[in-house]
Amino acid sequence: MKIVRRDLFATLVVAVLGTATLAWGSDGFSAFTAETARRQQVLRAPRALPTAVLEDQDGRRLTLQDFAGKRVVVEFIYTRCDSVCLTLGTAFRQIHQRLPEAARDSDIVLLSISFDPQRDDPAALRSYAGRFGADGESWRVVRPLASDDLPALLAAFGVVVIPNALGGFEHNAALHLVGRDGRLSEIRDLAAVDAFLADLEART
Amino acid sequence: MNARYWLALRRKPGMFPALLALWGLLALPPVRYWLEASMTRHMIVQMPLLVAIGSALAHSLSRQQRCRIVAAAGGPLALLTLASFASTYWMMPRALDLAVASGAADAVKFVTLPLLVGLPLALAWRPLGVLGRGFVWTNLISMLVFIGWLYIAAPLRVCNSYLVDDQARAGWWMVYAAAGIFATWLGALFVGKPPATVDTPCAAGYPAI
Repeated sequence: MKIVRRDLFATLVVAVLGTATLAWGSDGFSAFTAETARRQQVLRAPRALPTAVLEDQDGRRLTLQDFAGKRVVVEFIYTRCDSVCLTLGTAFRQIHQRLPEAARDSDIVLLSISFDPQRDDPAALRSYAGRFGADGESWRVVRPLASDDLPALLAAFGVVVIPNALGGFEHNAALHLVGRDGRLSEIRDLAAVDAFLADLEART
Repeated sequence: MNARYWLALRRKPGMFPALLALWGLLALPPVRYWLEASMTRHMIVQMPLLVAIGSALAHSLSRQQRCRIVAAAGGPLALLTLASFASTYWMMPRALDLAVASGAADAVKFVTLPLLVGLPLALAWRPLGVLGRGFVWTNLISMLVFIGWLYIAAPLRVCNSYLVDDQARAGWWMVYAAAGIFATWLGALFVGKPPATVDTPCAAGYPAI
């Protein structure tokens, strides 16, 4: 009997510790995928972003920090993409079109960042801009210039890019909001354009 | 050699160096990267092998060593519970992503899958009895089918590190594995003979390990 009781007690201890570990590993049973975890972490603690020199569709240089005081909506793209990126580009176009005119000029900037800088030269970026109606001012299409800036940028945003069999890439595409303080403060699903716009309006 | 032979815990002391070598081989960076580059190879090949190494480690221990571990852990039920929780953790897509993204997390996986899943499961195996083992098998089979079906049907990737068609392929392999395990288990139930030798219990009132 003593042996059985010992086993039951040990089982209880293991179950408590095991449940605690699972809770720790899933942020209190709320995030079972890395993508959910990334979105929740950013909401809880907005993330500082690295200074990366970017080049836009007209060859102009800029950094994310140039937009301090404004809000920046960021998507990650590669211009040859024609699957999920169509959704992404369309979502971005919707956001751009539905922003109030005043906000578009002075308050909110849209940035499409290419993670394929070798192929995406300014000409490629320009053609992407043309395809989706980016005006090159309030919506700019850019690529990181230095080769080691890209991994830092992707890591800070939590974007994972993996090559697929067709010579393209798959990546966790989403809408990213960088706040006025230059920190990544919200990540939303591509399909959640309405909610994203509502948030933009609510958080001034 | 009947299937039951593999289910019963027999002492195979010479296995330890071979196990260590296999573990080392899996941990070699080129092998590790190659296996983890695909969700199918990661989940269907590497992780089950790590569990099998732990279980084989239990087989290579002496009876005294096995008894000591079971006694220290509290008993077979505690060991089974430990294996369930540890394997559940590594079943989370997020844990899989973390193992790919972080070397430290992968190291934890390389230690915990053998020592906290394979080893305790093998030590708890005999005392579990036919019913307890049936519970483990049916749980494993239903979980494989459920997650496999989810991976096949999910239009979205559950892991940021893996392609969506790789995810579907891993799902199919889970279903195949479930079918294979079911067939083997059923076969062992009908075809197998009881193990020839039964060890004496570790202590009075204790089931044989």
